[in-house]
Amino acid sequence: MDFAFFLIQLLNGLQYGLLLFLVASGLTLVFGIMGIINLAHGSFYMVGAYLAWSLSSMTGSLTVAILLAIPLTVILGMGLERLLFRHLYQRDHLYQVLLTYGLILVFEELRSLIWGDDVHGVAVPALLNASIPLTENLSYPVYRLAISGVCLLLAAGLYFLIQKTRLGMMIRAGASNRDMVQSLGIDIKLIYTLVFALGIALAAFAGMINAPLSSVFPNMGGQVLIICFVVVVIGGIGSVKGAMAASLIIGLAETFGQVLVPEVAGMIVYVLMAIVLVWRPEGLFGRS
Amino acid sequence: MKDSRLTQYLPYLVVGLLALFPLVESTFYMQLLTKVLILAIFAMSLDLLVGYTGLVSFGHAAYFGLAGYALALMAPKYETVSLWWSLPASIGVCALFALITGTLVLRTRGIYFIMVTLAFAQMLFFIFHDTKLGGGSDGIYIYAKPLMKLGEIEVANLEKLEHFYWLVLILTGATYLLLHRILGSTFGRALLGIKVNEHRMRALGFPVFKYQLASFTLSGALAGLAGYMAAVQYGFVNPEILSWHQSGAVLMMVILGGMGTLYGSVIGAFAFVLLQEVLSNQAWFGIAAKHWQLAMGIFIMLVALYMPQGLAGLAQKFRRKPAEEAADE
Amino acid sequence: MNKNEKAGYDRREFLLGSTAIAGATAAGALLPSGTALAQQGKLKVGLMLPYTGTFAQLGVAITNGFKLAIEEHGGKFGGREIEYVTVDDESNPAKAPENVNKLVQRDKVDVVIGTVHSGVVMGMAKVLKESGTLWINPNGGAGAMTGAACAPNFFRTSFSNWQTTHALGKVLKARGHKNAVFITWKYAAGEEMMEGFKEGFEKEGGKLTKELYVPFPQVEFQALLTEIASIKPDAVVAFFAGGGAAKFLKDYQAAGLKGKIPLYGSGFLTDGVLEAVGDAGEGVETTLHYADGLDTKKDKAFRLAYAKTFKLQPDVYAVQGYDAGQLLAAGLAAVKGNVSDKVGVIKAMEAAKIDSPRGTWTLSKAHNPVQDMYLRKVVGKENKVQGVAWKALADPARGCKA
Repeated sequence: MDFAFFLIQLLNGLQYGLLLFLVASGLTLVFGIMGIINLAHGSFYMVGAYLAWSLSSMTGSLTVAILLAIPLTVILGMGLERLLFRHLYQRDHLYQVLLTYGLILVFEELRSLIWGDDVHGVAVPALLNASIPLTENLSYPVYRLAISGVCLLLAAGLYFLIQKTRLGMMIRAGASNRDMVQSLGIDIKLIYTLVFALGIALAAFAGMINAPLSSVFPNMGGQVLIICFVVVVIGGIGSVKGAMAASLIIGLAETFGQVLVPEVAGMIVYVLMAIVLVWRPEGLFGRS
Repeated sequence: MKDSRLTQYLPYLVVGLLALFPLVESTFYMQLLTKVLILAIFAMSLDLLVGYTGLVSFGHAAYFGLAGYALALMAPKYETVSLWWSLPASIGVCALFALITGTLVLRTRGIYFIMVTLAFAQMLFFIFHDTKLGGGSDGIYIYAKPLMKLGEIEVANLEKLEHFYWLVLILTGATYLLLHRILGSTFGRALLGIKVNEHRMRALGFPVFKYQLASFTLSGALAGLAGYMAAVQYGFVNPEILSWHQSGAVLMMVILGGMGTLYGSVIGAFAFVLLQEVLSNQAWFGIAAKHWQLAMGIFIMLVALYMPQGLAGLAQKFRRKPAEEAADE
Repeated sequence: MNKNEKAGYDRREFLLGSTAIAGATAAGALLPSGTALAQQGKLKVGLMLPYTGTFAQLGVAITNGFKLAIEEHGGKFGGREIEYVTVDDESNPAKAPENVNKLVQRDKVDVVIGTVHSGVVMGMAKVLKESGTLWINPNGGAGAMTGAACAPNFFRTSFSNWQTTHALGKVLKARGHKNAVFITWKYAAGEEMMEGFKEGFEKEGGKLTKELYVPFPQVEFQALLTEIASIKPDAVVAFFAGGGAAKFLKDYQAAGLKGKIPLYGSGFLTDGVLEAVGDAGEGVETTLHYADGLDTKKDKAFRLAYAKTFKLQPDVYAVQGYDAGQLLAAGLAAVKGNVSDKVGVIKAMEAAKIDSPRGTWTLSKAHNPVQDMYLRKVVGKENKVQGVAWKALADPARGCKA
């Protein structure tokens, strides 16, 4: 492996990692703050992608589609929280696993009923539809770089929201002591609804902006779900910082795994996860 | 325990009736029932972990599938293997794998435990999916059913569907009795204690980790028993039997039936398979059967929301004896 | 080593299977009176196809094609009306034996039609070999079905994975490509297609420089595309399907490889995804047993009828389902609907010349289509036929002792 090749693969790995972070960040937030284990997170990713496709083919613009779809997914998230998830906060994780497992089936069938089982493509916005040449026959799509930029912005935004704002303070307080926050007169129920909706919207948003790269197809959520769990668990549940670190580690491991040890590429991330958890049972940045 | 006579003898009655089933129907439904009983063993093995030890495993299909592959790889190409050594060997492989993974995963708790059990199952999945070891993604056949011979006498001929059915029925009963025995012992009560309050049990001087590990290993071994039987039944193993969907399905059975009650797992396995059969039956639901997973999904959600104690819990409510309910706890 | 073992199995398995059939036919011959009775009732056709999940669309296309064939025969095969029993196989191999058992034992169907996923095909093979039930597979290309695990009652109207890439070797040679890289998912179908290509290409003196595998069903290709760029092969050959194929084509273009290193593939790479990929597919050449613009009378009639009946455009899967219906019709016509004359049905099906939308094809000894493989090129939203890449290509059926 020559040096240029190595550098490009490094870039690939980091970029893939950032993409993973985009999906995993919502998951870790809902996980960490409300203690909800959400297997249907991948379904929201899929819902986002399908919304991006159907709305952009209606309006002719991905940007417009995303602007329309975000409020829709926020409403979806709030509705689901009120109707379903609210009843499970005090219960064992087991029931959350169960409920969200059921949700996966429901979303997958609804997708089939509403949008059908075809593969669809979403066009890259014209402004970003270009490539930067790297070597004589390899170039890098600008849209991928743009997504990486969005991921970084989002990460910074999340960090700011949670660490620096009043809402973030309440969220953090609510995560560690629900009753105390309640007794201080803060409407914890509302906060939970908001956080949950935020998590759903993040997953859906990831699906939307990734749709031009990934295309839109049945069961697309299932593919990202498990890998995002791995990211969240390695990073430490609830830690946005951890999710970022873990995403990059996984991105690099998968990229170099496929190139260097293709025979076992499929299981590398799981081996990595097992090692981390045995070494640090609460994840890299988790609170023990 | 002031159970009425009926409830006391009910299990024997059920087993008796089940034993007679092959006389009534001898092909498809008997095979389906065989499958349900195998799943019941599988679900009971998971209930030991989830319902009695307080450990939610999301990778239990690993042990189920591993036993199937163990049999497939042990079966000589042209001859039949003996059940007498291949069954214990397959179970042994699972127990060993559970012991090793158990020492690692038991360092974690809660969601981390759920995820790390999943990770080990996924690893195994990719080993069988990506390598030629077990036929890759297309799976591998087991050509002949294992032999059950004592000297020259054939105890049972597993090529015969009813013989196999009876064997599985006996094993289901044996698993139930074994677990019932174990859970009634000091060991079982200690497990329940750990489930309720791990710190207190530790303070009382119980070797919590060792107890949990023993439970984890036993659970893996029993899942192996079920997996071995499943592999024998259809003579075909495929990586999909150790996928996370399979782990999810068995978890569903345990909760649907009612966790922490062994018979609940058996009921759960029955109900789960029955539900799938009914909902996807095109003769009854016509075109709607195509979207049977929608109904299944909604049902699963309703169970999670409104039936936390599962079907067994429902049955207990109808008994209307609060004192008993308390005693059962 | 592995292959030899497989071949060994088959012998034994084949013997088991063939005795079952021989027994069945002997019984049929001895009981001529029973056959008259059987003719009265409807013919039970079991459809075991994916109706949920990733392959749901394929299941529907195959079902439609099959039903169209029946309709064209006046709703009857060999004079008998058809009764359908449908099972959703969910593309789940773990449930395959049980699902096919439903059809064979519970519903006692006369013939099984299925399925898409090759792992499920392998599970079906196990059960159907023992039961001896007539089986027509309208898609799943697992080589073993008409190779190591073949049996007299197994028929396929689609392709073997090997077939879909084998002709590419000739094509690449003709284009002057001396070496190539193959990229696919790490699973059985991908590996079989890789073998098919490798064999064909090496026979022509080409060199397969590298086999690249992406863990199934992941769709992150960037690392391997970078590797392709650094290897700089004369050509790239790929197999992916559905969403994976769409993403691969887009990524290949976005990475700047398109236009620099020509891309070829098994036809599934560009089937059913052209609407989704925009111009990323343009110019990609593939081989398959069906193409757009064949311009034969049969194909035109089929497309018209299909579009009229189902308000959908037919695809290769619909053709395979349609041909499953045609093959069954040929078999049953010969025995006048008396399906218990299994030897008669099998003989007639073996001898059948199927007038398919894809062109006429016959069955090989192992019951896999011997068919023309078309070279197709993506033009606009179509896989335009460029010519025949290989006339009457037959799967080698390795390990089949039939």
